[in-house]
Amino acid sequence: MPSVIVSPVAGAAVGDYVQILKPRVMSLVVFTGIVGLAVAPGHLHPFLAAVAILCIAVGAGASGAINMWYDRDIDRVMRRTASRPLPAGRMLPGEALGFGCVLAVGSVAVMGIAVNWSAAALLALTIAFYVFVYTMWLKRRTPQNIVIGGAAGALPPLIGWAAVTGDVGWGAIALFAIIFFWTPPHFWALSLYKSDEYAAAGIPMLPVVAGARETKRQMLLYTLVLWPVTAAPWLLGLAGPVYAAGAGVLSLMFTLCAVRVWRDDSERSARQMFAFSLAYLFLIFALLLADHGVGGWR
Amino acid sequence: MAADSTNRPSDARMRVIRGRNRALLLVLVGLAVLFYALTFVRMGGH
Repeated sequence: MPSVIVSPVAGAAVGDYVQILKPRVMSLVVFTGIVGLAVAPGHLHPFLAAVAILCIAVGAGASGAINMWYDRDIDRVMRRTASRPLPAGRMLPGEALGFGCVLAVGSVAVMGIAVNWSAAALLALTIAFYVFVYTMWLKRRTPQNIVIGGAAGALPPLIGWAAVTGDVGWGAIALFAIIFFWTPPHFWALSLYKSDEYAAAGIPMLPVVAGARETKRQMLLYTLVLWPVTAAPWLLGLAGPVYAAGAGVLSLMFTLCAVRVWRDDSERSARQMFAFSLAYLFLIFALLLADHGVGGWR
Repeated sequence: MAADSTNRPSDARMRVIRGRNRALLLVLVGLAVLFYALTFVRMGGH
């Protein structure tokens, strides 16, 4: 990795430490973790549930910090990431790495001590997968980087589930699958209108390597796969018909977004699909949570 | 005394250091409360 010269003048501020935790990514991770915890069969003391969520949040933040440490050279090249604390020179690389490592070890240890060691092991796996498999191995080598690496982002509901049950059931795997198959069309929508930046940074995102047409084709296929995958919680008895109907409507809208992207060569449709993809995942999991809260289908 | 004044950190740096110290204090107090409460919950058989 090329060395990056940084010379923090005033040292990193608290806001910089918060920024390297990727709080926006963390919020979605935490939400899916909460849903995994809420829909799992069994009961967990509310305080321990809060500790589990805190550990998931801190573990996700740790992954983000270590990712920013490793990617500081390519973050300088891309406009989207150039203002981050490391490429902007507000934080030393060692500070970010040390901060990330302490948070990673701390979150796994507290999860193990406070909740259970199955959830702690899954949290450790999530952090390790994101750092070693996605960030260090796949991201700069293959256009399938976010497909395989997406597993890291899909694990939080399993952690939440395991915090309650101590193991991983089919329901948890269904939640994992929803995020796993949602990740490629979500990131490829972004990379369609940021492909110049990815190319300049040397990241082989699918639009850079295979072109926009092939990317759009695969995005459409993934949205179709999401139809049965999002129906799985209902088929497994984890959710009721209200969820099934809502998930069906949302998946239809997501597919229509992909069709628009397929037919439209402008950036606008890709931007809209990226924005909708965030709402899609949030609403799917919110529906699961609401359906479980109402509980009328049980 | 002149040497001291030239080595003094700038106001901007002092603000950053104060902010970090306060954040660290909050984190440490938070951890103490967390482990205190955790001990009670775990002792309660959960």
